[in-house]
Amino acid sequence: MSAPYLSVRNLSVTFPTKAGTFHAIDDISFDLARGEILALVGESGSGKSMTSLSIMHLLPEAAEMSGRIEIDGRDISALGRREIEDVRGAKVGMIFQEPMTSLNPVLTIARQMTEGPVRHNGVSRRDALATARTCLEDVGIAEPDRVLAQYPHQLSGGMRQRVMIAASLALQPGILIADEPTTALDVTVQSQVLDLLVDLKARLGSGILLITHDIGVVAETADRVAVMRGGRILEMGAVDNVLGVPQHDYTKALLASHLTVEKGLMQRGAQCERARQ
Amino acid sequence: MTSKPLLRVEGLRKSFSANRHTVHALNGVSLALEQGETLGIIGESGSGKSTLGRIAVGLETPTAGELHVEGMRIDTMSPRLRRDKLRRCQMIFQDPYSSLNPRLPVGRQIGEGLFARGESDWRAIDATVADLLDRVGLKREFAKRYPHEFSGGQRQRIAIARALAPDPHIVVADEPVSALDVSIQAQILDLLAELKKQGDLSYIFISHDMAVVARLCDRVAVMHRGRIVECGSVSAIIENPQHPYTRNLLDAVPRFGRRRTGQKPVVVRLPLHNDGDCFIDVGEGHVVLQSASSE
Repeated sequence: MSAPYLSVRNLSVTFPTKAGTFHAIDDISFDLARGEILALVGESGSGKSMTSLSIMHLLPEAAEMSGRIEIDGRDISALGRREIEDVRGAKVGMIFQEPMTSLNPVLTIARQMTEGPVRHNGVSRRDALATARTCLEDVGIAEPDRVLAQYPHQLSGGMRQRVMIAASLALQPGILIADEPTTALDVTVQSQVLDLLVDLKARLGSGILLITHDIGVVAETADRVAVMRGGRILEMGAVDNVLGVPQHDYTKALLASHLTVEKGLMQRGAQCERARQ
Repeated sequence: MTSKPLLRVEGLRKSFSANRHTVHALNGVSLALEQGETLGIIGESGSGKSTLGRIAVGLETPTAGELHVEGMRIDTMSPRLRRDKLRRCQMIFQDPYSSLNPRLPVGRQIGEGLFARGESDWRAIDATVADLLDRVGLKREFAKRYPHEFSGGQRQRIAIARALAPDPHIVVADEPVSALDVSIQAQILDLLAELKKQGDLSYIFISHDMAVVARLCDRVAVMHRGRIVECGSVSAIIENPQHPYTRNLLDAVPRFGRRRTGQKPVVVRLPLHNDGDCFIDVGEGHVVLQSASSE
């Protein structure tokens, strides 16, 4: 496998509180190469979103971060506000959970998608627009010109998330961080967006850090998985190994509590059986 | 029919209009909830499932159609009588953070349902509230606390206690576990099942999550664009789905042992249904909406 594009070493994030120091992330390390999907899975409060925010330098003011984050061979953990802007977007693209809140409601899609490239790469508006069109095609939008002229509220939830992904692809980042990208979407739309992420990985060779609470999504989408709880990585490895032969008790518990359609039917059946006796 | 259904809707329609646009949330929905059953309503956003639930508890009034509760048609009743009847229908909402009043102790919020029923002695109400907290697995002393002192799962238990306070026969639960972590989801589903066993309860359980529906429901109605497209026992729907939309929905659920390849799946054209379309029975009460034009 190629050298890791993103390398996180001994990352910790703490918050000072009245009751002492709170460890949101407690000494985690992982690598992400291009062309692979690494999933961070955990329940709320496990630190998975904090991890992505640290990589993007988007942590709240009060947070204190230590450790080393390397992107494309460069240590970014100590970069200043100006320098990090070259990393954001250009090296690492980010997709958030709620596409409506991350898109500007009063700007057309064309305007929002060209802003980044014009600012970062110094390309002309016209070239940026051409790239935007290609990116929209890349995410499976059949009529890019129509979408470019529209405002976010005119698009459905799934289309908005596609536009978000397309916008983050415009700068050709090495990796994408997708923080619960499908949580707000309907299952059939979720399925399309997940197919799209896998397609981007295969076709463009993007590395994807997929943050999710849904272990079913991990099972069918990710190559590797890190199970997080209380700011720590408890178990990490290839998806088949971690989910197939879980070693940590928490991973086992997470798998046990994950409800599938088949399990649901079985458990209900058992319940009815007990009620009858 | 020998036993009257607890709740029955017939040809229910609801449209909302805003900015000269009319949105048809329900396009003629007929459905019956039998005594003691859990009826699941599954569908995606905009399918009309929440509107149906809100009409069943009286939070919305239908544009057309009939609503019968315990054998009586109530949509034509006077508001006062209707309110009285609808006290038997209570609701649990999705978001336990926004559905509780942050400025009232939870005991007070649970007690309001009893007060509204005509109980005026708050000492008696407090005793009943403590019993209710007990039933939903919380400590009796919690009545004095405020919502922010509880976790999401605990708040949903409080919302359940509040729904149970007026001694309802029908509880409509609208995505009650969607906002919760998986480990908490199972606890709340078990609690709902347990409460049903104890009392004289029937549920309408609204959800987008097939796995949750499979776990809790006896029957399930699949909704799409304001219509029920398929209805039957939960095992029939899951093991033998007939409508293309139901198949799409089931196929989209993430599962173990399948890998996404990035290949675009074959897009299935969903039939557009008209008002004239009829259900066909494929056995044991499993019905599918058949498009008249496609045949």
